[in-house]
Parts: sequence; structure tokens; C-alpha cells
Amino acid sequence: MSRIVAAMSGGVDSSVAAALVARGTADGQASETEVVGVWMRTHPETGEGWESRRSCCSPEAADDARRVAQLLGIPFFVLNVERAFGSLVIDAFADAYLAGATPNPCQACNQYIKFDELLRRGLATYGADAVATGHYARIDRQGDRWRLLRAADGDKDQTYFLWVLSQEQLAATRFPLGELHKTRVRAMAAELRLPTADKPESQEICFVPAGDYRTLLDERRGYAGDPGPIVDAAGTRVGTHTGYAHYTVGQRHGLDVALGEAVYVREVRPATNTVVIGRREELAASQVTVSGRHFVGGEPPAERFEASVRIRHRAPDVPCEVTLVGDDRFVVETADPLWAPAPGQAAVLYDGDECLGGGRIARADAVAAA
Amino acid sequence: MGIYLDHAATTPLRHESLEAMLPYLTEHWGNPSSIHASGRRARQGLDEARETVAAILHAKPREIVFTSGGTEADNLAISGYAWAASSRGRHIITTSVEHKAVLQACALLERHGFEITYLPVDGDGLVDPDAVAAAITEHTTLVSVMAANNEVGTVQPIAEIGNICRSRRIGFHVDAIQAAPFTPIALDGWQADLVSLSAHKLEGPKGVGAVFVRQGTPLVPLLQGGSQERQRRAGTENVAGAVGFAVAFALAADPATQASEAMRQGSLRDELLAGLAAIGGVRRTGHPTRRLPNSASVVIDGIQGGDLVAACDLEGVEVSTGSACTTGSVEPSHVLLAMGIDADAAAGSLRVTLGRETTRDEILRALGVIERCVGRLRNASGAIRVEQPATVSGAPSA
Repeated sequence: MSRIVAAMSGGVDSSVAAALVARGTADGQASETEVVGVWMRTHPETGEGWESRRSCCSPEAADDARRVAQLLGIPFFVLNVERAFGSLVIDAFADAYLAGATPNPCQACNQYIKFDELLRRGLATYGADAVATGHYARIDRQGDRWRLLRAADGDKDQTYFLWVLSQEQLAATRFPLGELHKTRVRAMAAELRLPTADKPESQEICFVPAGDYRTLLDERRGYAGDPGPIVDAAGTRVGTHTGYAHYTVGQRHGLDVALGEAVYVREVRPATNTVVIGRREELAASQVTVSGRHFVGGEPPAERFEASVRIRHRAPDVPCEVTLVGDDRFVVETADPLWAPAPGQAAVLYDGDECLGGGRIARADAVAAA
Repeated sequence: MGIYLDHAATTPLRHESLEAMLPYLTEHWGNPSSIHASGRRARQGLDEARETVAAILHAKPREIVFTSGGTEADNLAISGYAWAASSRGRHIITTSVEHKAVLQACALLERHGFEITYLPVDGDGLVDPDAVAAAITEHTTLVSVMAANNEVGTVQPIAEIGNICRSRRIGFHVDAIQAAPFTPIALDGWQADLVSLSAHKLEGPKGVGAVFVRQGTPLVPLLQGGSQERQRRAGTENVAGAVGFAVAFALAADPATQASEAMRQGSLRDELLAGLAAIGGVRRTGHPTRRLPNSASVVIDGIQGGDLVAACDLEGVEVSTGSACTTGSVEPSHVLLAMGIDADAAAGSLRVTLGRETTRDEILRALGVIERCVGRLRNASGAIRVEQPATVSGAPSA
């Protein structure tokens, strides 16, 4: 008998994914499969009581996940990943801003929490062979190689956050929603009378509830913000910012400079506490250096190959030529320029529907120095 | 069928208790405060239950206050007495290993200006009676010490502490919730003024407990709105619960069966502790001899207690980390910390508590499962992780 851990966040997607594996209808699943629902406690939550900080009251999401598990008739456990989430996701998020980069919390959570803590600890704890999640992505096997493919629902495709997965991780992962469209998933949740069927889509970062990460920088890293210059491409001061870490490349709002046309953050310079802005066309680049490269198949397809690249979630794919550099980097060159490549963000490579892997966009100054 | 070894969390309802309750959930549904026949019939059940509980304790029926359970019993005893005696003083002495029902009741009083002394314990979880004596000031009104600890089973020197309190004319509360199934409650020997009890720890129903309140002990009710329980606990009484509690308590407190069960479970527990120690990297927590006969508690290197409990559950063995909390909180046990065990070691805590129906075969099978799961969890430390920087601050310096 095999056992699958269903990662349950309390949202509609992971609820339906759990239901699909629990009913044995997920793709390629053996009939003798036992499913265990697991909700991960990622950070301590303040409850409703006035002494809530010390209480063990579970947040609403855990309640929803537990109710779904009860309805599906599967065991339900809470796996505490607070420590790993705090350092590898939340602190890393803050540190990215402090380094003048743009963080990837969802990808870090996949990389370090869902497909590491949960996979490693979860498989041992629950004696399972695989983890099923509510991600929109597909996995298939070609020969002895696992491939990560875009979801059938292109709008919902989450491969941009999954390029970090390895062969070993893919072998132990199931994406029951990969072939489904979101509308179908919602309909299934309603058919199954899951209490999560009508839950709104979560858009914001789970540990930054009001979307205001500035408070978090202060809380986690003691960064309150130190005002400094906003300059244009020529180095002329055109305004004042509240602290460089409050800005990311491509940002338009909150600049408070009146230049008679739309301007965007072009570069963030931690060393001099400077924010550089530019007009829209000044943020275009047809060559980007990427570090920390990883290929889903284990090996790069070639030293130099054609692919398409995506530099932010839901951005269009741009055809490109990829050239490996050293042990860790690659350079992406495109005919059509990429708009506002943000250091720290992932550049993810595709061959059609297949996600080949990726890396993180490097800072231009760091590339020059290397 | 799973093996249930978490009797410190709760026990199965024994059938005698269920059968005694059923008439009070069906035909005798009256309100015991009513004047009419239906009310009188319910009142009879409640009165008989009170008499039974009082008789077991060698107390008077009027000294028994039924509550909604052990937590309310602790809160009523501590806060009810502290406020009632507050004109004499506002200092309370308790220990750092009490149940949260006691500790948080004390913490609330602290916010209202009371002074609380939390006495330390030794490495086995024992309180030193001399430390109680030394902590008493002219403002002290109450000492609260549990008879036996819920997490590690250590049995406290209650009679010695009671002596000190009596000679200093200070109120003495004993939380006897875990001890009651195994220990005769000697009110005079303990010299206790207040004793908390819970039904579901001794094969009675959930949602009912009691406080013994020695005659003449002042108590302010926490719940307002009626004259029930001699004005010490307002609210229509849980008649069926009280009846079920009384029956279960009477059966559990029978001296002959209590002694033989203590022997039987104690010897199984010793075998269990020896088996756990043989796994390696396992350390007993709590006192080697002064402990509840059904309680085995350990800390295990290289694992998280919560993970082990989940793993064992999926193999059909139900155990605990030490207290019944399922929300994945990682706060280390305050009991283990107070015993000088560091937070990392305390994270690997396991509590196995036996019951009247536990067999030797179950203990041996459970040992096998625990050993297998510990091995699996310890092996899991090897990471699948592909090492990647979490963020990029620049290209490598190479």
C-alpha cells in the first residue's frame, strides 16, 4: 500500500487536489493509496484571545483544511515548519530588499518548505511515497527523465515558481490539478460541498497581510528606512525616497517625482542609498545575466541553446538564446527586449510547454565586477 | 484496531458510567432547580451523585461543587479563593510545573495586582516542601500544588506541603486531576482545603468535574447568575455528567482494584520504559519511582515529538508529546523546561500513558512501532534540497 501526503493550505486549490488524490482519481495513482492531509504551520499567528500570543489557537486556514480533511475522511496533521519558513522565506524576503533585489517568496516556499521540509520530513513522518499539492503544473516522464510542464490552464500556470525542482523532487511529487482549469476546480469544490469552494483567490503574500512589507523590514531586520536621493539616468537628483529598500525595479507608484511622464525604478543602489529612475524604454534590456542556475533535468540542454524566457509571473514568454557561463551562470539574449529585469527575480526557461529550469537575475554591477 | 496509549489526555467512557447517565439524558431531563416532579427527579440524581463523590473523599456533600471539568475546577479554586481571601493578602505560591489551568489563572491574577511565586522543581520534577515554607510571607493566602504531573507523572509530596500550609494557616489547593485514578485522595492527610477533579481522566464523561471545597473555605463564584451549587457555581447543572462522574469515580477509587491496577500498569510501564531506553538516545523524564503507575515519559534525540506522534498514529499507535495540543505549536513544554531540560531536547518529548484496558501485547507492539518510527525519522535528516541561494546579491566572485 502506498501513502500520499496532500499538502493542504485551507484554500480551494489544495482542497480539490486533496479530494482528487483521496478519491483515487488523480493521474497515474495506484488504487491502494492512503491519503494523509497535512497543513503546515509557517508562522505563529496571533489568535483572538487577549493572551493570544501564547495560546495554541489555530488560525482560520488550519480550520478550513481540517474540515476538508474530515469531509474527505482522511487523517489530518499539522506540520510545524515555523523555523525553516522564518529564516528561508521571511528573512530571505527581507534580505532581498536590503540587497536592492526583488524577493521570490512563493518560489522560496516551494523550494525550501513544500518540496524540502514537507517532502523530506513529511515522507519520513507520515511514511509516504509522494506529496500532492494544489499547484497548477504538470509532471510527466520521458524515458528515465521527469519533465515539468506548464499547466493546462495557462492563466494559472505556476511553473514560474517551480523551476527550482529537481528530478528527485519531481519523482515524489503529484500535481492533481495540472490538467484542470480553475473554473473546473471551483466547480468540483462546489460539487464536493467543500467549505473552501467559495474562498476568494489569495493574491497577497501570506506573511505580509496588508501588502505593506515595510513594517516587516523593520520588524525582522530593524530597517526603518533612511531617506535618500532619487536620481535620473544622468545622475541628476529629481526627488527623495523613504529608504532604498522600499523600492524595487519596475515600480511606478510611490515615487513622488513630477517629470511630466511616467517613470519607473530602474535600479536600486544599496551602497549609496540611491534609487535610479528612468522612462519606460530605459528599462528595456536585450541581454540579462542570470546566476544560481538550475536545470530541472539535472543537466543543461547544451552550452548554447534556444529557448523562451519569462522574467516575472504571468509576463509573456520571450524567445531567447541562452549561453552558459562558468559553473553557475547563463546569459540570456533576446531579439525583443525584456522589460525591467529585476535583480533577484527568476528568469525561467521554457522549451514550448516544458520548463527547463532557470536562475536569478544578477545585478548589473555584480556582473561587471565578476 | 489502534492501540490507545494516551490515557493522561482522556480515557474511554466506561459502560457503567454510560448506563447510569442514559436515564438522565432521556426520561429524567428535568431542571434540578424546579419545584415540580420532573425537577425533583433530576435533583435526586444530582444529590446522589454528590453524595457518592463526597463519600469517596470522606467529605460532606455540601463540600462538593460540580464544574464543567478540571480546567474550571482549577480556575474556581484558584481565582475564587484568591479573591475571597484578598482582604487578607494577595500572594499565591504555586509551582512552575502546574497545568496551564492553574498557571494561567495565576497569570490573570498577576495582572490584577496579585503576587505569584512559581517554585522551581528539581530534575525529576519534584517540589521541595522547604521551598514552600521559605516562600510564605505575611501576605500569602494560598498554595497550589498538583498531586501528580500530567506530562511526566511525578508525584509531589502533598502531605508535607499540606502540613506546612495548615501550620501557617494558609489555604491549600491540590490539583488531583491526574492522580485521582491511581491515588486515594486523603483529604485529611493532605490537609487540603481545595481539590480539583475531572471525570474524563477516570473513565467518566467529558464536560464535568468537581472541586472539593472544605467547609469554611471562602470562595467567590466565577460564574454569576444563579444559586446553584450553594451559590458557588451558577448555571443549570449537568445532571447526567455528574451522575456519570460519580459512578466512574466510585469504580476507579475502589481500594482493591486501585491497588491491583497500580501494580499491573506499573509493571507494564516499567517494561515500556526499559524498551524505550533500549532504542538509544532516549532519556526518561520525571521521577524514577515517585510517579504515576501508568505514565512513561521520555525525550528522544534527533526527532520532533509531534512528528513521532503523527508517525505512530499512522501505524495505529496513539501516544502524545506530553499535552494534548494538535495545532502544531512549537513552544517547548514548560514542565520539561522547568526540569532543566533544554528546549531542543524538550522538542523530542514523548508521553505514553496506560489505562485499565492496556495489555502487555499492546505495549510490546507499541514499542515496536515507536522504535521503527524513531528510526525512520532519524534517517530523514538527509536533505533532498538542491542548494540554491535564497536571493541573489550578485554573481559569484569566481
